[in-house]
Amino acid sequence: MLARLGFPQPFLSLNLFLVWQLLSDGVSGGSVVMGLILAWMLPRLTNNFWPERPATVKGWLLPMYLLRVVWDIITASVVVARLVLSTRQPQPVFISYPLSLEHPLAITMLASTISLTPGTVSADVSDDNRILLIHALDAKDEQEVIDTIRKRYEQPLQEIFQ
Amino acid sequence: MQPIYEYVISALLLTGGLFTLVGAIGLVRLPDFFTRLHAPTKATTLGVGAIMLGSVAYFSARAPGVNVAEILITVFLFLTAPVSANILAKAAMHLGVDRTPETRGKPWDQ
Repeated sequence: MLARLGFPQPFLSLNLFLVWQLLSDGVSGGSVVMGLILAWMLPRLTNNFWPERPATVKGWLLPMYLLRVVWDIITASVVVARLVLSTRQPQPVFISYPLSLEHPLAITMLASTISLTPGTVSADVSDDNRILLIHALDAKDEQEVIDTIRKRYEQPLQEIFQ
Repeated sequence: MQPIYEYVISALLLTGGLFTLVGAIGLVRLPDFFTRLHAPTKATTLGVGAIMLGSVAYFSARAPGVNVAEILITVFLFLTAPVSANILAKAAMHLGVDRTPETRGKPWDQ
């Protein structure tokens, strides 16, 4: 009975509650009540879609990771903008990236990061979660792209989701 | 409003507009579906990000207190853009959309 009333995913609930406060025009009694209802109901409704929780999540490392991603978005956007504005034809390439991450949540974050940072889009994950298919807009060397992704994104993620 | 705010906001709006424009040019110029996929997903990331920051700065400068609701738009965009890019790429691979001859490597179809 208590499990039915509780919050199965406290962090998700907290986030939903805070996001609702920001979305509604100022914090008021109504927004708090509505926020509580949403924070209680949405994790319940979506519970079955969530993959199993990773054993440990080192959440305090996430802000560092996000800062790095934002910085990379800015620098790489400039690179792509220059490519678009130049007359040179891009050299696109499909890359099969061997994943060493195992947890589905971590793989999702890596794939999203790859899609957000300009120049690469993650196209597909193999059914056994071992290989990520990446489309790079302009790459001379496949191995270089793989090494960069491994060093900049996958290893920090591995540290966060162990 | 202090002039410094105006400079900052103008700079942010111009940056955002420039990157959105580059994204649109990329849509026209790039050779095949997969490369065109890059232009709009990226332009929105930085372009909309900068415009939203400009909006936050404008409304924070006009009225006391920091207005953060716009940041949520950016956050939602960051959450959804990779997903839509991924689905578009998957659909294109499934349909076997043509690639430019310069493309190395191949998509798979599982």
